[in-house]
Amino acid sequence: MISVYQPGSSLVHRTPAGLKLLALLGFTTALLIWRSPITVGIGTLVVLIGFAFAGFGIRTLIASVWPLRWIVLVLVPFQWWLGGWRSAVAIVGTLILAVAAAALVSLTTRMTDLLDVLDRVLAPLRFIRVDPERISLLIALSIRVVPVMVDLMHDVRDARRARGTERSLRALATPMVVRTVGYSQRLGDALVARGLDD
Amino acid sequence: MIEFDHVGHSFGERRVLEDITCTLTESRIGIIGANGSGKSTLARMINGLVHPDEGTVLVDGLDPARQGRQVRQRVSFIFSDPDAQIVMPTVGEDIAFSLRRRSLNAEETRERTNAVLELVGLDGYVDHPAHLLSSGQKQLLALATVLVTEPSILVCDEPTTLLDLRNTREIAELLQALPQQIILVTHDLDLISDYDRVLVIDQGRIVADGAGAESCGFYRDLLGVP
Repeated sequence: MISVYQPGSSLVHRTPAGLKLLALLGFTTALLIWRSPITVGIGTLVVLIGFAFAGFGIRTLIASVWPLRWIVLVLVPFQWWLGGWRSAVAIVGTLILAVAAAALVSLTTRMTDLLDVLDRVLAPLRFIRVDPERISLLIALSIRVVPVMVDLMHDVRDARRARGTERSLRALATPMVVRTVGYSQRLGDALVARGLDD
Repeated sequence: MIEFDHVGHSFGERRVLEDITCTLTESRIGIIGANGSGKSTLARMINGLVHPDEGTVLVDGLDPARQGRQVRQRVSFIFSDPDAQIVMPTVGEDIAFSLRRRSLNAEETRERTNAVLELVGLDGYVDHPAHLLSSGQKQLLALATVLVTEPSILVCDEPTTLLDLRNTREIAELLQALPQQIILVTHDLDLISDYDRVLVIDQGRIVADGAGAESCGFYRDLLGVP
């Protein structure tokens, strides 16, 4: 669900990061306040226009919400049973649209620009001795470790297969924990060495 | 100038460095030794990743243990695993991230990012996802992220260990062309055979200290490898 910036020169790309975050906040708040199938319909139109203006096709839009498929499969029948089809469309639609809109922001905005906005928004926290740059770093690292963990998982799975222990949970969990801790230590050293922790 | 004065260090019960005293002023310095000999610990002391238990380390008169921030503005460090050094999702952003605390405007950051990408041969990759680079390109990116801060000393801890022959050559040539003082920890004797000075570390002590070819010859004899 975390999309990597796709360079471009569209109006959406050129819109300042702060304004896009504000629009995202307004969009998701409106979806939550006026939660209904009609709102979902209007929201869908807005998201489609946003993706089109940014130069992205329907494939990119679907890819950005694809990770939600299992949640949707569980939520739709549950909400239908609980509150009828209107409730199912409103709740699941709101979730999908919020994720799609957030993806549009991250697809069209550099991470550094988003972090700069975050630094400015969190600047008042300095008065209570919270360093906004540390929070930015934390967010950047959280996003960064996703592909690293996926690669680690592939390596460990391959190693498990090579040893003929495909079904062993221990053969998966133990090296994952060991390698994750090792990666964390190396990452910590690298951050200190880059002066990002000073 | 880097000065080690009677430096000793232990990890728990294990003694890794013993009475290291030397002054490093040469432009190209290699450090070689068997696995576990203490060479990486020695290198890490230069920018304060490890603090000595005994003795002192000084970098241009600054103590990395007490003046880490100032030292790290002079000394940059490259690791063998570039994946651990990359923080941001795209190449350009990762380089720009190194400059976040330098109070540069967007134009200056962009100029310095493009210049360093050109230097390491990654121009055209500015918006490329960092995790999709090859191992060699990742190491070049790691190098770019530290070079953009314009350090005066570059410490490289086995930067070519995970690379193929071509990428190893590329990194070696790039390092050789840099104006910075280079401290290179390596097992690849070809990389440092023409270095100004090479230290051979064995069981935590400097057992040879001379010109590249001379020290490499000593090290081969030490290991009994022709």
